[in-house]
Amino acid sequence: MVTADLSAARRIHSSLSLAAPIRAGDLSRFMRPLITALIVLALVHGGLLFVQPTNAPAAELAGDGPQVGVVFDLGGRGDKSFNDGAYLGAESAAKKLQARVQFIEPGDGSDRGAGLRLLAAERRALVVGVGFIFTDDLIELAKEYPDVNFAGVDFAVGTDKFGDPIPPPPNVAALKFREEEGSFLVGALAALVGGSKKVGFLGGMDMPLIHKDEAGYRAGVMHVCKDCTVIAQYAGVTPEAFRNPSKGKELALSQYQQGVNVIFHASGSTGLGMFEAARAMGRGHYGIGVDADQYGEAPGYVLTSMVKGVDNVVYDTIRRVKDGTFQGGIFSYGLKEKGVGYVYDARNRALIPDSVRARLLDIERDIVAGRIRVPSTRS
Amino acid sequence: MRAATSAAIEDGVLPTLTALLVALVAGDLLILSYGQAPGEVWRLMMSGTWGNAYGIGQVLYKATTLVFTGLSVAIGLRAGLFNIGAESQLAAGGFCAAALGLLLPTGMTPWLAIPMCLLAAMLGGALVGFIPGVLRARFGAHEVIATIMLNFVVLALLNWAISATGLAVPETLHTPPVASSSIPRLAAFFPVFHGSAANGTILLALMAVTVSAWLLFRSRFGYELRATGLQPLAAESAGIRVPRIWMMAMVLGGAVAGLGGSNFVLGYKNYFEDGFNGGAGFLGIAVALVGRNNPFGVLLAALFFATLSQGGLAIHALVPKQMVEVLEGIVILAVAVSVPEVRRLLRARPAPSATTLPVTV
Repeated sequence: MVTADLSAARRIHSSLSLAAPIRAGDLSRFMRPLITALIVLALVHGGLLFVQPTNAPAAELAGDGPQVGVVFDLGGRGDKSFNDGAYLGAESAAKKLQARVQFIEPGDGSDRGAGLRLLAAERRALVVGVGFIFTDDLIELAKEYPDVNFAGVDFAVGTDKFGDPIPPPPNVAALKFREEEGSFLVGALAALVGGSKKVGFLGGMDMPLIHKDEAGYRAGVMHVCKDCTVIAQYAGVTPEAFRNPSKGKELALSQYQQGVNVIFHASGSTGLGMFEAARAMGRGHYGIGVDADQYGEAPGYVLTSMVKGVDNVVYDTIRRVKDGTFQGGIFSYGLKEKGVGYVYDARNRALIPDSVRARLLDIERDIVAGRIRVPSTRS
Repeated sequence: MRAATSAAIEDGVLPTLTALLVALVAGDLLILSYGQAPGEVWRLMMSGTWGNAYGIGQVLYKATTLVFTGLSVAIGLRAGLFNIGAESQLAAGGFCAAALGLLLPTGMTPWLAIPMCLLAAMLGGALVGFIPGVLRARFGAHEVIATIMLNFVVLALLNWAISATGLAVPETLHTPPVASSSIPRLAAFFPVFHGSAANGTILLALMAVTVSAWLLFRSRFGYELRATGLQPLAAESAGIRVPRIWMMAMVLGGAVAGLGGSNFVLGYKNYFEDGFNGGAGFLGIAVALVGRNNPFGVLLAALFFATLSQGGLAIHALVPKQMVEVLEGIVILAVAVSVPEVRRLLRARPAPSATTLPVTV
């Protein structure tokens, strides 16, 4: 049985495969245009090789401070959250601490190790891997380059068979965030501002990292409003769930229609759909952003954003390298260390009553002082 | 005979050479547009790749995966089928190798465990190739559509298997390490390669090149396969069972791509990580195109694209990584354009011989 779409396959094939052998006579005459083209191209290339542009941009953010290398996660620059946060932190370290920073954006999986190794081999004072995915590579390289300092943002600390954390190698700083503390605050805020006894949570991929946000958020809601209910939904079980704004909008609309007035999302760009839903529902419906200040996504409808201070943490680590106080170990950043928090500035001040702000400041003090224990897992 | 050989070399080499020169000049201009000196950037790229043992090791590692996916696409194209599914075949192969490796007892001798895992990788890839193969052979479904769609299905399934079934180590997207079957790194034999990911899978890649060259150009099956690719109607009237060839080509291509998964899973990290394929399957299409569907050409093209990819890291301090991606695109485009164009020039000669099916290349 030969089907009708053969012609397509033939076309593809004939443009790609070797043609029939051709007699090699008359080469000079018929090949002349081709040879000429080759020579011209080679000459142009040869000429361009010697062009030296003036005032070429510097290879790295320059200074006479510590030499720092940063390898981004596969998402790379421009994600408006995680990687860009690390970039901002390193950039301000270049300005204020005169650090010399080189950035690497890996292409595929093996580039992560290769990028870190490239920087470690230059004996830089600090090499940073941005994202939990660097954990294994950092451990391997730290053992190989004991005189280089490493730092891993969201470094995944393993546990031994007794459930105790396994400390990273002595020259690795595991930079962890207590996202649940920030989520607790925005949970309390959502319940206090929403006023409908129902608040929403929109997660991206259904996974432990996001459950941490949900757990803190729930606890925050319950802390200020015992009889409130939290409607929590996830957009999916794959990483796609972090990139699905239309699903986000659909879920958010259904929550708003059930009487929810405030939704907190931890769902990457899926959350953009939530802001759109808030705008579609009109006055009195709010979304809470995550990781970075997302006010600009829907001005007037963004109550606040739970921010993760990757920039502060990266800057802080570089500062410690410069001061000579860098140490390996597990570093946990929460409200106390200004590693997490929520946005309260001129743009959203009008949305948050002063009494609510005062209440939140109280709660924040209690968390910092240890009077409130914030859960990090759903129970 | 000599004339035929030199013509084949001309036809195989000249278009590619033209395309590479075009890409080089385009690269020069791109580098200049970033305000950098082309000479300096190319020098850095060479010293970061072929300039030291570690760089060479990294290039070899990346080339290994590309050889497998390139061969997978090339085998399909020789049979007249466009296999876009090497990406998911690669991933499925890696997953099956890791899954079997985890099931095997840890104390098992590597001499038995490694071949079993390799076989699992081939079976995994072959299964993913089989589906579009049988859809094409039995129902006439176009393999381009079928393989593209299957990419989504397979990659989503693998992601689910890793993230939702508790197979992954907590807080990561990879399985626990496979203790029983790890292919030794090159550095175990040649300490200069220390730190690079290159591993024994390179030998498998070289074997795959040789075997597929023999299969395509020296065996009866290969003859039938190429005949089908050139003209299925004629092949069928010559008694070749065309649907069977199509199915076999897809299964074979899938198995080769699946075997490529062992480079990362058994040779480098020793675990399956979601997304380890990282586009190597799609780049395999470019490798097959630039390698002119010839296994040895695929080998050279794989080395070329691996050099570009690793070199991209080395020049990162001067130009953004997107430059290398643009450059890859230009190479592909230039080859696609220059092959028919150069061939037209070559054909302009008097008295071309009749189209025959060359037994050698």
